[in-house]
Amino acid sequence: MINVLFFAQVRELLGTASIQVAADNIATAAELRAHLAGQNDKWAQVLDSDKLLVAINQTMSQWQAAVSDGDEVAFFPPVTGG
Amino acid sequence: MQADRIIVQSEDFHVPAEYQQIAGDNGDGAVVTFVGKVRDFNDGSAVTDLTLEHYPGMTEAVLHKIVAEARERWPLNFVTIIHRVGTMHLGEQIVFIGVSSAHRKAAFAACEFLIDFLKTKAPFWKLEASPDGAHWVEARDSDEQAAQAWNNGDS
Repeated sequence: MINVLFFAQVRELLGTASIQVAADNIATAAELRAHLAGQNDKWAQVLDSDKLLVAINQTMSQWQAAVSDGDEVAFFPPVTGG
Repeated sequence: MQADRIIVQSEDFHVPAEYQQIAGDNGDGAVVTFVGKVRDFNDGSAVTDLTLEHYPGMTEAVLHKIVAEARERWPLNFVTIIHRVGTMHLGEQIVFIGVSSAHRKAAFAACEFLIDFLKTKAPFWKLEASPDGAHWVEARDSDEQAAQAWNNGDS
């Protein structure tokens, strides 16, 4: 399973902080995003944001980066700390 | 070179105590500190409270990486970063950055570098509460440009 986390506005709009996704047929962060966006219209709208960022195992990553079983993948908006 | 002091906590911090932590080495001629606070207006709307969310684990890892980058650029001795999470009221402290070095130029530059990179790399998000309701703060292009400038040889 892939452990998927959501933060900030993404978490709030989706109404969930985390879900488990079977890693079958998912090879990249982009494919995981597309899989999640296929859940329903709301998820599609939130996850289609061109500002959405992805971290794989707590490291900022590119959409074409590989994901596999046991990974932690987080989706979130641009950061605003400090 | 001292161990980095990197803390994410909900409690407030005490600036004099943090200053003492990084000011104790007589080989350092310079100590520079920065404190970020909750201010009253952002993008024209009144702010009453700020709630900081973060990504536990990744936040600390990113902050350690940013400090390591600063240490590659400048000769630093003590480095402290404290970032608060949870809800803070108007006027409260959000973040402390303190660095010590033999000379002031390194200390000033490293402190500014650290806050510029923290703002654009570390996974924190601000939710502002105002009389009109709560809204998530948008990332600013000017913050991204400030961080980029360190990689363009502008500094």
